[in-house]
Amino acid sequence: MKWDDLFAILPLVVISTWAVVLVLVDIVIPRDRKGITAALAALGLIFALYFTLPQYNRHLVAFNGMVIVDGFSAFLNTLFLASGLLAIALAYGFLKRNNIDRSEYYTLMLFSISGMMLMGIAADLIIIFLALELLSIPLYVLAGFARPRLDSEEAALKYFILGAFSGGFVVYGVALVYGATGSTAIVEIIQAVVAGKAAMVLLTIGAALIMVGFGFKVAAVPFHMWTPDVYQGSPSPVTSFMAVGAKAAGFAALLRIFVSAFPYLSVSLVPILWLISALTMILGNIVAIAQNNIKRMLAYSSIAHAGYILMAVVTFGKGSAAIDAVSAALFYLLAYALTNFGAWSVVIALEKSEGRGLLLQDYAGLGKKYPAWAAAMTVFMLSFTGVPPTLGFLGKFYLFRSVLEGGFIGLAIIAVLTSLVSAYYYLRVVVIMYMQDGEPVVEGDIWLKVAAGATAVLVVVLSLFATPLLQWAAQATLQSGL
Amino acid sequence: MLLSDVGATGFQFFALVPLILIFPLLGLLINIAFGSRMQEKQIGWVASGAVGLTFIISFLQLVSLGIHPEGTVIRLADWITIANLNLHWGIKVDTLSVTMMLVVSGVGFLIHVYAIAYMHDDVRINGDPSRYQRFFVFFNLFILAMMILVSADNYLMLFVGWEGVGLCSYLLIGFWYDKGKDGIGNALAGKKAFITNRIGDFGFLLAAFTIFGLFHSFEFDEIFPQIKQVATVLPYGILFITVFMLLGVTGKSAQLPLYVWLPDAMAGPTPVSALIHAATMVTAGVYLIARSYPFYAVMPEARTLVSWVGALTALFAATIAVGQFDIKKVLAYSTISQLGFMVTAVGMGAFTAGMFHLVTHAFFKALLFLSAGSVIQGVERGLHAQLHHKGGLQEDHHLDPQDMRNMGGLRTRMPTTFWVYLIGALALAGIVPLAGFWSKDEILLNASNIDKRIYWILAVAAFFTAFYMARQIFMVFFGEPRTDAVAHASESPQLMTIPLIVLAALAGFGGFLNLPHIETFGHWLEHTIEYKPLTVLGEEMPPFSLQVAGMSTLLALLGIGIGYWLYYILVQKSLRGEPQAYKDPLESALGPVFSVLNHKYWVDELYGVLVIHPYQALSQWLADVVDWRFWHDWFHDTVIAGTFKKGTKLLAVQIDLGIIDATANGLARLTNWSSGQLRRVQTGYVRNYAMAVFIGVVFILGYLIVILK
Repeated sequence: MKWDDLFAILPLVVISTWAVVLVLVDIVIPRDRKGITAALAALGLIFALYFTLPQYNRHLVAFNGMVIVDGFSAFLNTLFLASGLLAIALAYGFLKRNNIDRSEYYTLMLFSISGMMLMGIAADLIIIFLALELLSIPLYVLAGFARPRLDSEEAALKYFILGAFSGGFVVYGVALVYGATGSTAIVEIIQAVVAGKAAMVLLTIGAALIMVGFGFKVAAVPFHMWTPDVYQGSPSPVTSFMAVGAKAAGFAALLRIFVSAFPYLSVSLVPILWLISALTMILGNIVAIAQNNIKRMLAYSSIAHAGYILMAVVTFGKGSAAIDAVSAALFYLLAYALTNFGAWSVVIALEKSEGRGLLLQDYAGLGKKYPAWAAAMTVFMLSFTGVPPTLGFLGKFYLFRSVLEGGFIGLAIIAVLTSLVSAYYYLRVVVIMYMQDGEPVVEGDIWLKVAAGATAVLVVVLSLFATPLLQWAAQATLQSGL
Repeated sequence: MLLSDVGATGFQFFALVPLILIFPLLGLLINIAFGSRMQEKQIGWVASGAVGLTFIISFLQLVSLGIHPEGTVIRLADWITIANLNLHWGIKVDTLSVTMMLVVSGVGFLIHVYAIAYMHDDVRINGDPSRYQRFFVFFNLFILAMMILVSADNYLMLFVGWEGVGLCSYLLIGFWYDKGKDGIGNALAGKKAFITNRIGDFGFLLAAFTIFGLFHSFEFDEIFPQIKQVATVLPYGILFITVFMLLGVTGKSAQLPLYVWLPDAMAGPTPVSALIHAATMVTAGVYLIARSYPFYAVMPEARTLVSWVGALTALFAATIAVGQFDIKKVLAYSTISQLGFMVTAVGMGAFTAGMFHLVTHAFFKALLFLSAGSVIQGVERGLHAQLHHKGGLQEDHHLDPQDMRNMGGLRTRMPTTFWVYLIGALALAGIVPLAGFWSKDEILLNASNIDKRIYWILAVAAFFTAFYMARQIFMVFFGEPRTDAVAHASESPQLMTIPLIVLAALAGFGGFLNLPHIETFGHWLEHTIEYKPLTVLGEEMPPFSLQVAGMSTLLALLGIGIGYWLYYILVQKSLRGEPQAYKDPLESALGPVFSVLNHKYWVDELYGVLVIHPYQALSQWLADVVDWRFWHDWFHDTVIAGTFKKGTKLLAVQIDLGIIDATANGLARLTNWSSGQLRRVQTGYVRNYAMAVFIGVVFILGYLIVILK
């Protein structure tokens, strides 16, 4: 072990140590002062962020090729840590209002984030599986955090069972890849293929099974069915965190594995990915129309966005187009994350106990009574739809362009058409807010307001000054590890 | 020259010159931001202090120019860069611009101080103390704009200042916009000033564009050296520039035919009249011609035109002043007349004489206006005291505090005001050795050597000047008070009288700036203005002529004498201790002629008939008939919209609804329907969900097996 190895995993070490210590410290924090735990958790995230930022423009292979630090991982880890901060801001008041202000929320979230960060830097299939479990198990618990509410417990159990089921496919896929190449390290898999020593049929099937496992994590059709139930049942802050963190981690693994380890499998796998991506976009957007519960609508919306990002994975065998697509996907994830947390913060502000206040009809009259909240929600809905001047527009623009660059014109057309369909349900929220009368009641604490305001402003302002952000994403390329 | 170079070469005071813009800006920003929380005195002193500091900076420029009389240009920033147009924001420091800076900031400072006290009463008389702050913000803004105007090193920046002072003039004329005749008179006066000036500005702009067309530059230092060469090739181009520049001057400096706004501008508070409409802004036109002297130097025809415009204005306005009863209106026409003297001078090529008269006039006319303000407020105080004294409303309640017929006998009631007024009036009348004598004499001297006709016109104007000032002095200060309010009038506070005394000293001794044979001011300006007028015989101008000086003194004394006889001796005789029976002796003597003068030759009415009413009728016709009935009702509604409606109806009903909408609605219904159907798949059972995953896997593997084997 070298010091460089430690530097590579330093943010991870910081965040996991912090989480462990926080569990202990939390014992002495009185029940009614759990705000301290929240603050400490946020401090840990900031601390880890401080160690993550120097990793930009670095290229480190550590622990004998088990982990790799590159622009890609640094970008994603920054995203995970920032998501953690937003998730804390969204949760603090919510947990209090619903009498579930247990500090485990914060520690579990830190553990889940450590799993996501491990996913970002993992360069070995075993490490990837480890990361998958590390991020998933705390999320299962968090989904049931609102116990004894039945829908929360149901969500946790469904998520757990299906997660374990699909996790099995990942393990099976890893085993097949190992059998085909004699290694689980991405570098050695590539070497085996180049040397002609790999059993290609086994390798292809293994890769397909891994794809299924992560397809579940990112909620791609037909592995998406858990999503609406779990998103609806979980406490809203958990849902928002899940919708960003788990999805981004899933894409981190998919992009890392497929773009760097399996580009030569594109002939056989691209048609499958193409179909999955197209189905995901179509189904997510169309079914979202029929929803009258905002949490379910956002769940289908998150499925639809997974379809868009999957298009970047479709290009994985296209060389330079794939590199551009990775950058576009990262930028899209950033835009999605900000918009998503913003939208969920508005949802949380309107949510009442016992799951009331979640129907679209409950948003009627918001524009008149709470113009600021309604304006913020309008920004998020426009960003989801992809209307300028919002980050959502730029994200879609760059993503669709890189898909066209990769030569997938049909897919791009489907993406544009389904975006058009999505306008129907996103703008319906705006219509209800401004054009129907109602008496909504908002219970937003200060942190919720900060989160909603900051994300709304960022979504608009960053889209106007997007150049540094784009450059940042463009530099966050995958390194091969060789 | 760059700022850093200035430091290196040691003209350290030149480097300070940007402060002349920064101080007024700071003053107005402070008063905007914090004025509402400050006391009146603080607001006033912040504004005055800003102008005072500006004066100090201007004075330091004078010191530096003493060592380096050629001056410099301080570039502040690039302004506009488009293709070969490269404009910067630069300050020109030379003897001409510094002269103007000193006058503007020096006289401006005194008027600011005076206004601290004057506006205190004014806002109370007019019943809205909250406007005190606004007044000083506008006043500082004016100083800023005027400084931009005089310090510009190019025509476009000069135009920014030119428009800026126009804006401030508009804002301050209409300062009591809800007062005046029918509650809108002041606002209308402001509008009149603004619109009339727009005509002049149009001339200025045409001149500036032509300059750029011919010289490809707006900068003085790049244009002036080329003028002689261009004039030989394109004399009409230069003539065009000079004539349209003159149009700009007639607007800003209130010359024939655009002078009509200035008398109405007296609607503004008196410090405004003193600063903007007497001492500084209205002289901008004279400054513009002096600054652009190389154009006029090569164009004798333009010079002739300018000097005739000036001379006719001088006489015309002087005669009107004789027939006015409003104390400020007399001074307003006097200002127009004196501006005519200056314009005549610069028109003849006697730029130095014109600038000299500009300076002395700034002293004594500011003095006269401020003293008039003191008189007006003295009468207001008298009115107030009288109301308190007797209690209740009196017949005098509607007394016009500016009407000289209501005054009389103020000499004993307001002694300080009387003495300074007297000094100002004598200086204006041209009595030796006061300032006005020297400067006016120089203009007359030039005129007598260049064009005798102009000389006689100006001489007659000078006679009228002395006469109407004598008339005013005797009407206001001598005799018995003709109303109770005036009888109760009292002297103004020291904050007002001290600036008056300082200005009186300047009006008294200002003439020594440029005594014949010594010519301090002339030599000072020579560094900037290299042109000197020649006599008709082509000889150099004599420095002094006893004949001319004697003649002008004689005319002045004659005017004062007639004034004394008419307005003192005759009036005293006719009234016999019954001051209320006052009637203007000239009015009785001249009858209809006086009426013509009193109605200002009906020029406003003439413009109304010739220009304004036809214009309004045309606008009305264009709006009602052409725009509304023809364009809107017929062409737009019937032709375009009607046809369009028919076409769209066809498209909408037949094609859109029938084909496109049906398809689209069908698609939407299909989407909604499939959405509902797909929703049913979501059963809520985990086993079904797992089955979906499993089926997906089966399909994928099946596909792979098919293609791999």
